[in-house]
Amino acid sequence: MGREPAGEEYYPDDEVEVLPLMGNEAIARGAWEAGVKVASAYPGTPSTEILESMANFPAKEVEAQWATNEKVAVDVAIGASFAGVRAFAAMKHVGVNVASDALMSQTYIGAHAGLVIAVCDDPGIHSSQNEQDTRLFCRLGNIPLLEPADAQEALDYTRLAFEISETFDTPVIVRSSTRLSHTRSPVRVGNRTEIDCRGFNENPQKNVMIPSHARLSHPKLIERESRVGEYFDQIDLNHWERGDQKVGIITVGTVYSYVKEVLPTASILKLASSYPLARETISDFCNSVDRVLVVEELEPVIEEGLKVMGIATEGKAFFPRVGEFSPEVVRQGLESAGVIESLAPKPLLEVEPLARPPVLCAGCPHTSSYMALRGLNARVLGDIGCYTLAAIEPLEAIDTCVAMGSSIGNAVGMAKAGTETRPLVATIGDSTFLHAGLPPLIDAVYNEVDITVLILDNSTTAMTGGQDHAATGKTLRGEQTNRVKFDELVRATGVKWVKTVDSYDLATLYQTIREAVEFKGVAVVISDRPCVLDPVKIKGQPFEIKAELCVACQSCMNLSCPALVWTDEIFDGHRKVKIDAPTCMGCSLCAQVCPTDAIRLQQRGSGNQ
Amino acid sequence: MTRQGVIAPVEMANTAPTNVLVVGVGGQGVIMISKAVARLCQENGLEVKQSEVHGMAKRGGSVFSHIRFGQEVKSPLIPQGEADILLAMEWAEGLRWLPYLNPERGIFIADTQRIVPPFSCRDRNRGAESGYINTSVQELVEKVPNAFAMDATSVATELGNARAANTVLLGALSTALEFSQEEWHRVIAEAVPPKTVGVNKEAFVKGRHWVESGETATDFSSDNVISLKEPRESRLEITQAWCKGCDICVKMCPERCLQLDQHQIVQLIDEKRCTGCRLCEWLCPDFAISVEAK
Repeated sequence: MGREPAGEEYYPDDEVEVLPLMGNEAIARGAWEAGVKVASAYPGTPSTEILESMANFPAKEVEAQWATNEKVAVDVAIGASFAGVRAFAAMKHVGVNVASDALMSQTYIGAHAGLVIAVCDDPGIHSSQNEQDTRLFCRLGNIPLLEPADAQEALDYTRLAFEISETFDTPVIVRSSTRLSHTRSPVRVGNRTEIDCRGFNENPQKNVMIPSHARLSHPKLIERESRVGEYFDQIDLNHWERGDQKVGIITVGTVYSYVKEVLPTASILKLASSYPLARETISDFCNSVDRVLVVEELEPVIEEGLKVMGIATEGKAFFPRVGEFSPEVVRQGLESAGVIESLAPKPLLEVEPLARPPVLCAGCPHTSSYMALRGLNARVLGDIGCYTLAAIEPLEAIDTCVAMGSSIGNAVGMAKAGTETRPLVATIGDSTFLHAGLPPLIDAVYNEVDITVLILDNSTTAMTGGQDHAATGKTLRGEQTNRVKFDELVRATGVKWVKTVDSYDLATLYQTIREAVEFKGVAVVISDRPCVLDPVKIKGQPFEIKAELCVACQSCMNLSCPALVWTDEIFDGHRKVKIDAPTCMGCSLCAQVCPTDAIRLQQRGSGNQ
Repeated sequence: MTRQGVIAPVEMANTAPTNVLVVGVGGQGVIMISKAVARLCQENGLEVKQSEVHGMAKRGGSVFSHIRFGQEVKSPLIPQGEADILLAMEWAEGLRWLPYLNPERGIFIADTQRIVPPFSCRDRNRGAESGYINTSVQELVEKVPNAFAMDATSVATELGNARAANTVLLGALSTALEFSQEEWHRVIAEAVPPKTVGVNKEAFVKGRHWVESGETATDFSSDNVISLKEPRESRLEITQAWCKGCDICVKMCPERCLQLDQHQIVQLIDEKRCTGCRLCEWLCPDFAISVEAK
């Protein structure tokens, strides 16, 4: 990779083999090699695979577990660090918002034993609600940051992060991005170093954040910032490639590879971290070139740091502050900066790309809930999960979606505003409800509002690929454990009206939600059917459409089911519909909405399969 | 087709990396196929970077995987116009990624099967056409120098497993990369579910033979688009005196454009939404509604 070897003490000569690893797997491996004892996370794309691969290491070496949410994950890691063992938490960028309460205090406390948080940003918003830049959180909390550019660095930096954490008494964030997390490349892996437990450090002034203690800690943070910055200057992590002196490019993370791809001859300073900055290295580099360009994804963190240092630099004037970078984005930026000449390749064929938004799967148990809510003409407050896909055409059944657990709180607010004439229904998935739905539900009961909460229980964390949670009865390692029961949990908060209904029974679901809406007060409906994909694929006998009975009314097409497709047969100006048998999961919803009873269970031995 | 179709293998000894872009729709096996290719390259001592986006992969969305291999690979993403091979498991997905194909020597291999997303069928008006792309196989084969368009799904269906379409295409792709058939068979056996190893190996051979026999395009039958040529507008007439407010039409209207007014008489609340499907006309027990095509 052309990266120069880093300080010897952090890379013991114990490389055992080269493995093709995803960035996420490399982060997990790095933590394991560093002797991590406790690791916790809440799943979230693109970070999910970190803890999943951590669970592949022996349980006697590392306690790897799913947490209820990211704050709990960080608190668990902090607790383990207090206890004197190396600890780790992983999350997606928006998870840091949830975890930040603990993190912003812990940075004052420091880290007794190594405490490392891996955060995966999602520039380009492939699977998130925003594209916030975690580097700003690091600056906010004075938390040192390491930014690997490839899977090898992901492993090396994660290992190093534990050393930095203990040397400088601080939590450390390792920041990945979708591109790094989900790129597989060869990694030289090493062995695990067992670290002795440090025991609990009985020091209330350090560990108990009351105002008088926090006031003492804050100046130490500021001092720590400059010490870590100096350390980043000394160790050989920042990679300086001497090239053409007319333009010097400062970059960090995966963007480095795009710069190398587009402009291999430039002078490049690839930083290991955007916070704190290796000021001396940067100054030297800037003095060695005529013009300095900062190429960084999302926010101008390095660029502003340079400007504070009094270095004339350009960056966001040419490179976007939004979206994911790619060789094209870097090329366009360098073109507009006048560094390279513009290339305008002529396309072979002009084609307007087909809109293919992700949809709820064939057989998805969420579909019926949103069909029922459409029928009730409800005002639907959505939440984070697969079911947010019901917001687009043709279902168009979700009116809002903010953040994890927001649906119920939003419904409370709309009820208190007192202006909405349609029934207020908050819809929230099982995993999301456990993550952040309970406090607002308690709020709804406490503040006596008239809302309906629909818990869409598909017994998994589906959007991230089917992870277990506290209500599935299984741990990250697939072992049996205690199980939260939603109806009991909900009743315990004081909700008087709770009913559980089969998601595949559309008529009963509709009637139940209607009753719930008519109930004055907080009513909770639990729609209950497992996800068709996870943990096991549920493929039932497929249905088929009797073409002679289909009147092309398109009622079934409202389900937005990928198994339903138009045929070339026309009835009264509309296309008839057929079922793609390999895609059909046999949920029967289309048969339930068909007004002419044209949809029947496929006779075995017939059909196109 | 008269064009000679056999693929000349991509030169892998170059210092520049070889770029393979695999695209398709969630659930088609894009990631599985890319892993197999990446693994094979890795085992042959090449540096490999394979980059993909998870999350939406199972949700019927557009899925892609960049594979780059060679002596040294920088960016995990293939720059536009530099893909040596574009392997598309679905027609429109192949077209979406066409700007990434090297315009001179890039090889385009695609399944001609169309997976029409529900989103393309959302216009339900009388005479509405699917929103699916209408670029034809013929047009593409004429414009793209090294295009191979085959009905891989039908080939796989004939073998008894439509899901093996991806290995049919992998067979076609294999002619462009200089690895032995034995090596390919081994990585396939490792990648697919154990029960389907046999059918996948057969599928692979079919795809490979298809290219080796000099084919470039299966047929153009999938290009035939049926046009409805019907009037688009519909008009709903309600005879208020006959309506007894039974609510049947309101409940059954797929577009939710009917409602009972304060006198419990049905009314059309959103004329634009009515697609003229006539369900209300047929279901009304009192003949109070009629629908006419304008």
